[in-house]
Amino acid sequence: MHRPTPLSFDVAGAPLDAPAPDVWRATPFRALWRDGAARAALCLLVALMLVAVFAPWLAPYDPGAQPDIIRLQYQPPSAAHPFGTDPYSRDVLSRMMYGTRVSLSIAILAMLLSTFIGTAYGLLAALGGRFTDAMLMRGVDTFLAIPRILLLLGVVALWGELSVKALIVVIGLSGWFAAARLVRTLVLGLRERDFVTAARGLGAHTSFIAVRHILPHLASPILVAATFGVGAALVIEAGLSFLGFGVAEPQASWGNILREGQDRPLGAWWLSVVPGAALVITVLAVNVIADRLRDIASGRHLPRG
Amino acid sequence: MTAPSPITPSQDALIDVQNLRVAFSTPAGLARAVDGVSFTIAPGETLGMVGESGCGKTVTGLSLLRLIEPPGLIDPTSRILFEGRDLLRLSEREIRRVRGRRIAMVFQEPMTALNPVFTVGDQIAEVVRVHEGATRRAAWQRAVEMLERVGLSSPADRAKQYPHQLSGGMRQRVLIGMALVMRPALLIADEPTTALDVTVQAQILELLRELQRDFGMAVLLITHDLGVIAETASRVLVMYGGEIVEEASVDELFANAHHPYTQGLLAAMPRVDDRRERLTTIPGTVPPPTAWPSGCRFRDRCPHAWDRTAREHPDLFVVADSHRSRCFLVQEPERRRAVVAEQAE
Repeated sequence: MHRPTPLSFDVAGAPLDAPAPDVWRATPFRALWRDGAARAALCLLVALMLVAVFAPWLAPYDPGAQPDIIRLQYQPPSAAHPFGTDPYSRDVLSRMMYGTRVSLSIAILAMLLSTFIGTAYGLLAALGGRFTDAMLMRGVDTFLAIPRILLLLGVVALWGELSVKALIVVIGLSGWFAAARLVRTLVLGLRERDFVTAARGLGAHTSFIAVRHILPHLASPILVAATFGVGAALVIEAGLSFLGFGVAEPQASWGNILREGQDRPLGAWWLSVVPGAALVITVLAVNVIADRLRDIASGRHLPRG
Repeated sequence: MTAPSPITPSQDALIDVQNLRVAFSTPAGLARAVDGVSFTIAPGETLGMVGESGCGKTVTGLSLLRLIEPPGLIDPTSRILFEGRDLLRLSEREIRRVRGRRIAMVFQEPMTALNPVFTVGDQIAEVVRVHEGATRRAAWQRAVEMLERVGLSSPADRAKQYPHQLSGGMRQRVLIGMALVMRPALLIADEPTTALDVTVQAQILELLRELQRDFGMAVLLITHDLGVIAETASRVLVMYGGEIVEEASVDELFANAHHPYTQGLLAAMPRVDDRRERLTTIPGTVPPPTAWPSGCRFRDRCPHAWDRTAREHPDLFVVADSHRSRCFLVQEPERRRAVVAEQAE
């Protein structure tokens, strides 16, 4: 029977003069906005992005400035330094703002990279024939068996210190296996659909069918997976930086601010609490959005009946 | 088993299918879905192909466009001659030039054969763009013209609609438009009316007939409905167990059906001049294609089976001019007379 695609909304029997529903833009985001938690999460993320973009104008201090490393180190939060200072007397609020820039861009760009690779790889596996599929997917199984952070630590150990660009690439390259598997599974189902056979029967090339007929049906599951992927990449970056293998000093990221606090977890609590809270809240917000998007994609927000 | 012996000389044929065999490897063994099917279609002719589910009709249709995918395989010794070339020996690129342009297919389910995320105009225009590399605007224009041609009112507006906004009959018209926009020489219509209401069925058949006449194309009409065949086709192939069991002109088939299976199908057809309370059925089901019985494949369900049908596999025997039947009764006139006498009682 006819199954509606994830993001489409059936309005069977709509009159001729009704405007075609703008399935791809307005509807899912409108539905997201109607949900209280998702709306709060969206607002938070937009605010964070604004902070990231405008950090140079918003930050009260230069994030690298060390005004007095003896007398101003480990200053608790005060009017002059709302989030206190770190062991090098740098202003934590300013460093957090610049860190938002680094952490968010690493997470988002790494997610884009892994989504792109995962989607292409999954499509290739599902449409490339049985042998290609078996070969490609055994590779994915192998890498999925290794915990991501372990894989990354191995790579970082080989390479030594990584630039931000290299970090994006490395985190992105370590995160596409699950996406590839998801896409492959979905495409294996989609390629049996009648409209795919119909397109083939009318002379379309496989790559044309993949891009035009199959990819649009993957949009919503990929969007959901990619959103979860941002959260995962944030945590991975913070973890690597905390361990000293991620973003290198003096550049700030949430993870290496957290690292400054590890010597005095109780004495200089703000060094752990501020970046820690930022991470928890942001990852939570990202996951709330991903979770709601998933509900929307499966039509669960629609009225029953 | 069966030597290809086309009745129509193949020079005149638009398409000449010779000894087509298609097998699928399944966990239960090799499923020989189509097992030595030969037929021809003349330009402009409508050939009906009838049979119940699982007899190999759809697989035959898909094979003509080489749409069989692993684990299915077309026997490399089969031949499908079309416009002077063997379709089974074309490169992937060449067969794509045939699909949709020279031979097109209309599928059974208008609900699922259209992609729900594109407008119907886009989907017709796509075919033009794939084959002609036409501009978006020109292809769209062709799509709108085609929608008008298949009888949709206000085609320019309909073209901008999504499949779910159209009724089943309209969707089937769109699918026909997609198939015919390149003016193919052969249209394969696989159960084009099965999913539709009876009144809509008649409209779609009428549309197909009209377009066939105007475009001068040949049609292979695949159906399980002899009524549809009677209305539309000029010649019929009756399929059973992956084989053709009877081949005749429509008039001949309805007047003098020879094969017991065809007779069973005709007896199972409701008629307006018939006052029976219950319709006749053919007992049993089609044997699985992984294990065709040796001998006659209809034997288990045939009221006239005798020991010879278990030992030997019947050929397509000539009954009359352009009428053939895969039944030993052709060769044993005395037994046939007895059967006819028995039926008359």
